Amino acid sequence: MPESSALTLESVSVLLVWTAIAIYALAFVAYAVDLARRGAVAVDAKGAAKTEDARELVAAGSGYAGSTGSRAGVIAAMRAQEEASEAALNAPIGRRERLVWARIGTSLTVLAFLFHLGGDVTRGIAAGRVPWSNMYEFALTGTLLVVAVYLGVLFRYDLRFLGSFITGLTVVLLGASALSFYVEITPLMDPLKSVWLVIHVFVASLSTALFALAFGLSVLQLMQARRERVLAAAPDADGPTVKSGPGFLRTLPGADALEALAYRFAILGFIFWTFTLIAGSIWANDAWGRYWGFDTKEVWTFVIWVLYAGYIHARATRGWRGARSAWLSIIGFTAVIFNFTIVNMFFKGLHAYSGLE
Amino acid sequence: MSRPRSDVSSAGDPMRPADHADAAEPSGDVNQPALGFVGWLRWGWRQLTSMRTALVLLLLLAIAAVPGSLVPQRSADPNGVTQYFTDNPELAPVLDNLSMFDVYTSPWFSAIYILLFVSLVGCVIPRTKHHWKALRATPPRTPARLSRLDVHRTETLEYTDDQAAAAAASASIEAAQQQLKKAGYRVARDDSRGVLSVSAERGYMRETGNLVFHASLVGVLLAVGIGGGFTYTGQTVIIEGRTWVNTMLDYTSFNPGRFVDENSLTPYALTLDRFDVTYQPRGTQGEGQAGDFVANLTTQRAGGAPGSGEVRVNHPLEMAGDRIYLMGNGYAPTLTIRDAAGEVVFSESVPFLPQDTNMTSLGVVKVPDGLDEQMGLVGFFYPTQVQRQDGAFTSAYPALTNPVVTLDVYTGDLGIDGGVPRSVYTLDTGEMDKLTGRGTDVESIEIAPGETAELPGGLGSITFENEAPDGASGYDESVKRYVSLSVHRDAAATWVLVFAVLATAGLLAALFVPRRRMWVKATPQGHTVQLEYAGLARGEDPTLDAAVEQFVQRHLASLPDG
Ligand code: HEM
Repeated sequence: MPESSALTLESVSVLLVWTAIAIYALAFVAYAVDLARRGAVAVDAKGAAKTEDARELVAAGSGYAGSTGSRAGVIAAMRAQEEASEAALNAPIGRRERLVWARIGTSLTVLAFLFHLGGDVTRGIAAGRVPWSNMYEFALTGTLLVVAVYLGVLFRYDLRFLGSFITGLTVVLLGASALSFYVEITPLMDPLKSVWLVIHVFVASLSTALFALAFGLSVLQLMQARRERVLAAAPDADGPTVKSGPGFLRTLPGADALEALAYRFAILGFIFWTFTLIAGSIWANDAWGRYWGFDTKEVWTFVIWVLYAGYIHARATRGWRGARSAWLSIIGFTAVIFNFTIVNMFFKGLHAYSGLE
Repeated sequence: MSRPRSDVSSAGDPMRPADHADAAEPSGDVNQPALGFVGWLRWGWRQLTSMRTALVLLLLLAIAAVPGSLVPQRSADPNGVTQYFTDNPELAPVLDNLSMFDVYTSPWFSAIYILLFVSLVGCVIPRTKHHWKALRATPPRTPARLSRLDVHRTETLEYTDDQAAAAAASASIEAAQQQLKKAGYRVARDDSRGVLSVSAERGYMRETGNLVFHASLVGVLLAVGIGGGFTYTGQTVIIEGRTWVNTMLDYTSFNPGRFVDENSLTPYALTLDRFDVTYQPRGTQGEGQAGDFVANLTTQRAGGAPGSGEVRVNHPLEMAGDRIYLMGNGYAPTLTIRDAAGEVVFSESVPFLPQDTNMTSLGVVKVPDGLDEQMGLVGFFYPTQVQRQDGAFTSAYPALTNPVVTLDVYTGDLGIDGGVPRSVYTLDTGEMDKLTGRGTDVESIEIAPGETAELPGGLGSITFENEAPDGASGYDESVKRYVSLSVHRDAAATWVLVFAVLATAGLLAALFVPRRRMWVKATPQGHTVQLEYAGLARGEDPTLDAAVEQFVQRHLASLPDG
């Protein structure tokens, strides 16, 4: 019992988790500052480009020619910016932009991740089993994997612009779970004593992490697409009156590149989700005597699977590529979160393992 | 990133639905129905098998599945449905008319998935035909202007004279052909008017995977549909020491598929020797939580020697092609009822249904014969009886520390003579008089194992038999346990799994094998050779750039210096 002795492994775990949450919150702030500064930097660059244009204008000595020239210039600058940010996205670790605040954010995220990992492992050791068998533990391990996948992906792509989304999501999910889902360690219930618990839940968390990245990218894709649309339609492309979204968008890859990347995470997530579905059915067949019974949790797992199959189809359908398919990725991830939170807490079904009364 | 947009890509892909993102833009008249009935049919079929229809049906399927998680379903939670009708007497019948309690067998849900699968088949068959041909076709000819493709590189090599250049051009294409072939491409030479080129294509597995995936989904559906007809599930209850035989008579409920012959079940018998369970000790986290359930059985097949078997949670027992699952357990107090003259009129272990995690259990005893009037008893069994603040009894722990049965006695008509089936767990007291408990002036019967109480009105006596073996301590094993088992024959499960695994394998290939074309062209120009490399993605191919670049490097390195 945690309260009987001063420092049990179980209470160490709780301490580690809360420390991790605090550091994630700091990382979130650092990443947010990074985004704000990117916006500012982009505005400065644009200001400089404008002076440049003004000079051309004077030199050309004609208002009309000047304005078209400036417009073409802006579009060319936009293309160049897009290419530069695509190159930045794919830049190997050593050759990335030195974004100080993003660096601070990533360092803090790594630190928080270590505490988080410590909290997760100590919980597992204290319980003498895998630490994912009730709501609190699902959240603990699930968010750990979200961060792990994010940090892992950073080796390949410079996705630090998603940092505030990932750390923010982690703070909210982990914080809320630690506050309201926390339960002391109890022995495993019989139906959970299965290798399939290990596989099924782990893979489900992994695909959740991938869907989360796809979601973040899809949201940015929509914002970016909107910005591109606004800019293309603006009467005077560099007019300061045109509101085209937050400034940091200027430093991000174009909507097409974001979409392609979102798609790659989504299909990886889809594979793992397919596996989750199959592993869950095998387990259900052992535990309950049927592999499929449209239990609430099964229904939602199925709905999510079909939504992402729809997303993949949408990407291959003329007229659906782009914004519409991005919405499906967003809806899909919303369903994933809904499945984890609302369905676990309020829907009645056989998957009653939240550990909550 | 790379995706085919050029005209070259769309030309050779008639297998995909017309509104595939990579297909050619509709030329205006394509979607117009041709005149006449056949034209309309063809138009309708094309609509049904279009990407857009598949997409809309997929989204509809997702939406249609949701209500089944909001409202209890008859298949998964029949008691929930009954409760829902009680709680929402106005709304429930309306929902019932919309099949909201049977969503997954409802006409509208079926319509969606049947249309989806018709569309799927309509989509897959022409693509399979086309792919079958594509698998044995040679790669397409080299386009005239390679510079229009997704990825394009040129290199100019210098040689001493024209002849050397011509020889080098030929050698370089030869080398390119070898290297591409080694890299898994299907290659074809395409030389014309002094221009040498090799055309290559790889990644046929992508389309194969896609077709396998979609076809396997049909397989899953067929397996579920057909296999379901040969599937049965049955429920039964076995009390410790008793034997159950696999015949229709011994099942408490039985749900056969359409093609199951109820009279030819494989004969075998199961005897419950002992049921084990452990409870978290008092004063620990999760106090009273039950676990490690094991039903220890003696198994006996017709004509065979007896064996032994175990049924545990997550570990069903395989028996003659059936799988036997542990679904529940409880206490079955052994009660003996004697009439006023001391004659035994009833003596049985009666399964009581657990009502909470501490095994407060509800049970019913029916004594149809032997007494002047029919008698029924309803009551509770508490393995560890305690009294709550409000005076009511409850059980504080699921093991047998202070076992007590409390019963109220009714006499009159049990209502079982009319042949109407009645649950053994409920007593219809409509035609009966209550003799003990609340509302009467006689106390309820309350007995522990080994004790006997008088029935009211001089009807006789009731004994709670102590079943503990000699030498048992306290009340250990004083009350028998029972298990409820579920017996399943699932003809579909294996096939569903096979198709699901096939689908996953297909999906992996369809999503991750890059399908691409590559061309290398050599044009001798005087004493120089212009080498052109081009790559074209067919479908999602984020690594095309790198692949072409890598090939260029390797190819150039392999050429002899000029
Ligand atoms: C049960 C319903 C269906 C599901 C769950 C489903 C799922 C999928 C998935 C996951 C993919 C991506 C993997 C791949 O590229 O092979 C895919 C691709 C595809 N599906 Fe389906 N599908 C369904 C029905 C259909 C139907 C009815 C059609 C015909 C209109 C269709 C046509 C296609 C095509 C053409 C692709 C390739 C897309 C591309 O080139 O990227 N599917 N489907």
